[in-house]
Amino acid sequence: MTIEFETPKPIVNFRFMLQTVADNMMRPVSREMDENEHQIPYDYIEFMHTAMKSTGAGSLAPRESKKEEDPAKPKHAPIAYQSLASMLEMLAWGDVGMYLITPGGGLGAAAVQAAGSPEQKAKFLARFNGEKPTFAAMCMTEPQAGSDTSAIRATAVLDKATNEWILNGEKIFVTAGHKSFVPDEKFGAGFIVVWATIDPTAGRAGMRAFVVEAGTPGVTVTKLEHKLGIRVSDTAAIALVDARVPYDHVLGSPTVEKTTTGFKGAMATFDATRPLVAATGVGVARAALEELKKLLAEQGVTVRYGLPRQKLSAIERDVIDMEIMLKSAWLMVLKAVWMADNQKSNALESSMSKVRAGDIVTKITQKVVEIMGPLGYSREYLLEKWFRDAKITDIYEGTGQINRLVVARQILGYSGAELR
Amino acid sequence: MYSFEPNEEQQMLIDAVTRYAKGDLRPAGREAEESKSLPQKLIRKGWELGVLQASTPEPYGGFGDRSAVTGVLAADAMAWGDLAGTLAVMTPGLFTLPILLAGSEEQKKQWIEPIVAADWQAFSAALIEPAFDFDPNDLKTTAAAEGDGFVLNGVKTMVPFAETAEALIVYANLNGATKGFIVPKNTPGLAVSAREKLMSLNALPLYRVTLADVKIPQSNLLAGDFAPVLAAMRVANAALALGVAQGALEYARDYAKERQAFGVKIAQKQAIAFMLAEMATEIEAMRLLTWEAAWMLDAGKEDAFMQAYLASTGAADMVMMVTDRAVQILGGHGYIREYPVEMWMRNGRGFTTFTGLAIV
Repeated sequence: MTIEFETPKPIVNFRFMLQTVADNMMRPVSREMDENEHQIPYDYIEFMHTAMKSTGAGSLAPRESKKEEDPAKPKHAPIAYQSLASMLEMLAWGDVGMYLITPGGGLGAAAVQAAGSPEQKAKFLARFNGEKPTFAAMCMTEPQAGSDTSAIRATAVLDKATNEWILNGEKIFVTAGHKSFVPDEKFGAGFIVVWATIDPTAGRAGMRAFVVEAGTPGVTVTKLEHKLGIRVSDTAAIALVDARVPYDHVLGSPTVEKTTTGFKGAMATFDATRPLVAATGVGVARAALEELKKLLAEQGVTVRYGLPRQKLSAIERDVIDMEIMLKSAWLMVLKAVWMADNQKSNALESSMSKVRAGDIVTKITQKVVEIMGPLGYSREYLLEKWFRDAKITDIYEGTGQINRLVVARQILGYSGAELR
Repeated sequence: MYSFEPNEEQQMLIDAVTRYAKGDLRPAGREAEESKSLPQKLIRKGWELGVLQASTPEPYGGFGDRSAVTGVLAADAMAWGDLAGTLAVMTPGLFTLPILLAGSEEQKKQWIEPIVAADWQAFSAALIEPAFDFDPNDLKTTAAAEGDGFVLNGVKTMVPFAETAEALIVYANLNGATKGFIVPKNTPGLAVSAREKLMSLNALPLYRVTLADVKIPQSNLLAGDFAPVLAAMRVANAALALGVAQGALEYARDYAKERQAFGVKIAQKQAIAFMLAEMATEIEAMRLLTWEAAWMLDAGKEDAFMQAYLASTGAADMVMMVTDRAVQILGGHGYIREYPVEMWMRNGRGFTTFTGLAIV
């Protein structure tokens, strides 16, 4: 091993491509999509679907790096997560709300990847390479259970007569829940992954994820949330009333053991996806900082890098501090996904990257609005939109606080019981 | 590609440095600070680890390619033990590395080997000036061409081991650009004042140096660009800040896991646990930024100098935040000199000023 920061060629190429997408398909409609909540940018969705199909990427869902045939002589270093993080950063730079409705499975597929059997992966994930753009979503949060995922109340009961699971419960904050579940002639049939307990007395050990196909009877999208930012992304509330799901749609073991593998499945999903969410935060932060520097340059303000602090103007100090935040946050993302690619346990680095990205993207977008004054506050520019979009980074996929808790437990060697 | 693990040789060096930091520097740090002196034996032992030699090419008496990354890893691990001791061990590099980076072939041959191949000797450098707006790229100390050589005038501060140094590199403003000049001891016009009295680093002998019409031959000018030298000083500064911060984090963490309040360990309180989580996150962020800057320097990347500036600036803020919080977590115990964290906080405050005290 070595310490190295050279961006791999394939990633450079991907990013170059996605920069074009961001410039031509995202930024021009960014404002319109924000002003007309839940409008669907079909052009972008179809373009991304076609593009991903043709490159064989198929999906933006994280997946394991391919194992080398001869591990002693790897031909290429594994970079699947690194590529993905780099791509998401670029898409989020374009528009983070639109990134969230990129077809290809998202968190739903990520859950299947993390907790599904090889057969399940084959069965559920093939659809993303189909004719039409297709979505999948993750249903975890409930009205009374956010970060405390062990408090979810949705239930799954096995009907032995039909060998089906009967799901009941109420799920909220389901990103892309509408596109994944409600049929749309322009989209393929997706699915949602519903977390429920198969034994309410078993706590975390009873938690399982179930793949629920689009249109399953008993499941209804009851509401689309109106949000501070990422308005183009549909955030759904979903009710499940006696919804029936085939037996083999449970991810992981169908019986309750004394272990907490079900819950660990959920947490493994988060270890994989937190740095990816962090990557999108970095993308938004970079968008804001680059725009700020461009606007300042137009006003004749250049930042004099290299000067001692005492000689810098307040704006120069702010810009330099933001540069430091941005670059270091991105490196934390890279390290976390590099660890994932190399099969190193990354719970600590994953949560750290999320803490950092949530912090810096909120700080940077706030500061950019502040520095540009009335122009920052104006809807003529995208700065105020990015400030609103940014805040979600510190909330979803585990708030900054829950991630601090994860980091603290890791560095202190404490269990959840020792540090609540 | 991206990769975040030191190579085998680097890891061996880190392990050796860590043993020294833990077994020698840390136990000696407080006594050295209070008595305002470092045992010569301690410095010698650190020097024998061969950190500078590992980064000095063979023709000049070392056994490795110059590597800022390796230097950063070693400085980080060593500063964990004690900052003043680490700076003392690293001081001869302040003289040899700028020659390696900006000197002529003759200068390299003349100066570097006798230093790196021998026991620790006092060779040092004078960059910092006693002014609030001190700027390494806009020095008040001047160099003027005169005859075959130069005349230096100005005042320098915080020059390590100036009194005993065999020679110094003095940085001066030559026609608007910063240049290094080799100034041997006893050069007429070079005067070393009494030791500086500072908030910390009392164990390290730091002096004010005055240059009054100091005549230097042409052959003592380091003709190369100052920018890579400054960048190497900046990543060194960042690396040292990382080591100090890491030491403070670990100390505060261990204390918080022992200290009982309201029936639990204080580390079990989120107020404390979150502080520790944020400290660790901030350290990790700046460590990666510093590694990248050092890697960029080694790889000759375009933005390497700017990255080094950002790493140094960010690490200086980080170490202040981390050491301040370490004191806070120890509460009253953080404030008394029986515990080391107040000393580390004093060290932490200095990193906005320390650029020029070390180089990797």
